[in-house]
Amino acid sequence: MAFKTKKARVMEELGLRAGDLQASTLYRDAWNRLKKNKMAIASFFLLVIIALIAVFAPLIAPYDPYTQDLSRINEPPSSDHWFGTDDVGRDLFSRVVYGTRISMLVGVVCEAICVPIGVILGALAGYFGGWVDAVISRIIEIFASFPTILFAIAVMFILGPGIMNIFIAIGVIGWTGLARMIRGQIMQLKEKEFVEAARASGASNMKIIFRHLIPNCLSTIIVVITLDIPGDIMLESTLSFVGLGVQPPDPSWGSMISEGRKFIRQNVWYSFFPGLAIMLVVLAFNTLGDGVRDALDPKLKNL
Amino acid sequence: MLKYLLNRIWQSVIVLVGVTLVTFILLNVVPGDPVLVMLNKRADAETVERVRHELGLDRPLHIQYFDFVAHAVQGDLGESYFQKRPVTEMLNQGFALTFRLGALSLVFSVIFGLLVGTLAALFRGRFLDHFLMFIAMLGISMPIFWLGVLLQILLGLNLGWLPISGTKAAGWLVMPVLCLGISYGASASRLIRTNMLDALGQDYVRTARAKGLSEWIVVGKHVLKNAAIPIVTLIGMQLRSLLAGAMVIEMVFSLHGLGRIAFSAVTSRDIPIVQGCVLYTAAVYVIINLIVDLLYGVLDPRIRIVKGAA
Repeated sequence: MAFKTKKARVMEELGLRAGDLQASTLYRDAWNRLKKNKMAIASFFLLVIIALIAVFAPLIAPYDPYTQDLSRINEPPSSDHWFGTDDVGRDLFSRVVYGTRISMLVGVVCEAICVPIGVILGALAGYFGGWVDAVISRIIEIFASFPTILFAIAVMFILGPGIMNIFIAIGVIGWTGLARMIRGQIMQLKEKEFVEAARASGASNMKIIFRHLIPNCLSTIIVVITLDIPGDIMLESTLSFVGLGVQPPDPSWGSMISEGRKFIRQNVWYSFFPGLAIMLVVLAFNTLGDGVRDALDPKLKNL
Repeated sequence: MLKYLLNRIWQSVIVLVGVTLVTFILLNVVPGDPVLVMLNKRADAETVERVRHELGLDRPLHIQYFDFVAHAVQGDLGESYFQKRPVTEMLNQGFALTFRLGALSLVFSVIFGLLVGTLAALFRGRFLDHFLMFIAMLGISMPIFWLGVLLQILLGLNLGWLPISGTKAAGWLVMPVLCLGISYGASASRLIRTNMLDALGQDYVRTARAKGLSEWIVVGKHVLKNAAIPIVTLIGMQLRSLLAGAMVIEMVFSLHGLGRIAFSAVTSRDIPIVQGCVLYTAAVYVIINLIVDLLYGVLDPRIRIVKGAA
């Protein structure tokens, strides 16, 4: 008779087949809870749709976003032009569709740069305290001392406008908020009993940080990311709004609002739709993030 | 406490030195040539040399840096390349407006946020909570400059209640403050709700309730006090981002504050102003951070002891 694992023997005794038993892990539980949150799932699908719009923009946009038609300027929405036309007769719907690309890219790329830096530096500072904290905190403070928008402006001033430079500008400065939050949270967490228990059972500092403390900060990290992605999208649109981000004629939602502002008397819809697009994307990210937080942190849910 | 205070002030000084260094490196060293940036890469070699000498940019970098810091310490941020006015004077004027705008909006947004956030936390999961949080979510998700434009269209153009832009007409400050207050109050209310819920879930709240204390005392004395640390951080962060938001809002409402000065300096490539703006606002931020950290120490003695020992 072949050797059987203890699990296999138990399953045989209970008459269970493979697949009947499922380990209950944090993430599977969270996923099950998330599935029940209709708003979060709706937001998730909305974001998937928006991502698809970004990818397939040329197929979706009815007009070329750059083609001008001076015979039809500043038109209100109609069946020809769903969102109306701008001051040189370009189709606003097509421009909003193309603008999706820039906003989605900014959110994802910037967070991929910011999160590892913020979490690791924040955790090290919070856990070790002393001179490590002093050095990291000063670095955080130096970087956080620049108002985001001004720092971004200074970077854009040097590098020149352009989408890659926006990533660099936002990436270099965006990690400090997360680092501060993680540092603060770990300063409180490390006084808790489970850390003492881990230390008493011989866990190394690195193991305590990466296995015990950072996972306990996960809900904070997720909340911060969800607040940050929309923040990145906003920062991009703000930079483009003040004329330092994406340059005309490229369609960025921020620069479209800025253009539309000049024509609020002639065409209210010009700056309305790009702003609505920003709001929808940001709203979807926020709602999804909230859902993920509630799902990951049942303590908050089951009060 | 005194030791903690002195320690913290000393740290702030180090940060400020770091800030001057980063600012200086950013604008003078990294891309190579501020003169080329300033002249927009179009001038001939002779002009470039002449301008460089006039501005003292042909000296060694470390001398330029120490010169810059020595003057900055005395409140002299140099002179604008094009407007030929002292940068400090221009920035002081701009900051007065930006700070007024930011501070008024902060008060508005914190009151708004505390009210909405606490209510939502107490009515957690019920209709009021969902409703308030949905409104707050809409407020957060709106780009602030778009909200500004919408308010201009609604309150200015359609209803004609408030002036659309500038500082001439009466009530010019109302729309910008409303705009910033709504936007930042919405994000404050969400974070305050989260922190309140966190504090509400603690054991001491159950104990307090088990003792038979009234809900008012539980929330007012136990929960709010323990949710205070994140909220103080929040207000600090809020004030900082409010100043940034105010700079953007200045662009929408054509107000001549720090933001407008900075943006137009970037457009005209006036480096002393850009440099001064970054340094000036950074110094303001460092001071706000210092105040927030000192409040931390007051609120949570554990942090004071740990940091004081550092």
